[in-house]
Amino acid sequence: MSQSYDRGLVEDFGRWREFTAGMWAWIFHKFTGWVLVGYLFTHIAVLSTALQSPDAYTTTIQSLESLLVVRILEVGLLAVAVFHILNGLRLLFVDLGVGLESQDKSFYASLVLTGAIVVASVPTFLAGVFG
Amino acid sequence: MAERYSSFKVGGRRWLWQRITAAFLVAVLAFHFFLLHFVNHADEVTFGMSQGRMQELTYFSLMILFLLTATFHGVNGVYNALVNQGLSGTQETAVKAVLGVASIVLIVQGVRTALAWAGGVPI
Repeated sequence: MSQSYDRGLVEDFGRWREFTAGMWAWIFHKFTGWVLVGYLFTHIAVLSTALQSPDAYTTTIQSLESLLVVRILEVGLLAVAVFHILNGLRLLFVDLGVGLESQDKSFYASLVLTGAIVVASVPTFLAGVFG
Repeated sequence: MAERYSSFKVGGRRWLWQRITAAFLVAVLAFHFFLLHFVNHADEVTFGMSQGRMQELTYFSLMILFLLTATFHGVNGVYNALVNQGLSGTQETAVKAVLGVASIVLIVQGVRTALAWAGGVPI
């Protein structure tokens, strides 16, 4: 039988100072999941301008990409997506019985790796927006 | 033993499909970001470039599968998160119906857009 312990309700956000790594991982995974599914609908809506005309699509995308705020939001989207991917891999491995004992360390590794990938991607994501 | 704690119902297949689509999406989402932000740059997007990619059957079918799996994974994730928060009864049925309709609209709109780029199924 698998081992488990009563770590209290993760939904009781008032006791967030007592949260363990696994509980933070759960919260971050839910939060990034909500952002990604919201973005999926927005993404398809924006891409749908291709149904109007080729020019409408090209103009829409290029206008959006010329805005600094859109580029910054894209960096945020990258952070959210990379964390969800890395923590998702962590969950898949734990489900396969690999790494349950070090699930807190793999959560911290997901955070650090997400930070590193996002910081390294900033120049590419902001290229050309300043001039 | 502490009480069972999961976002999924006992004996359901949703848990398994969430994992199967996750494994696929990990690879394809990473590929999607890499191709459209690092190989090609987002500010250089034109209809013609998107059309060029979509007219390749391999890319077209990968993107359709991406749309289907991402929609399932996202909407199933939302549904299970809400059930996990205590959604049940009539509210659960209503949410399930709304999410089902939203998924269909998203998939239809996504496929229509893909077909507009490719000018039909690229066979």
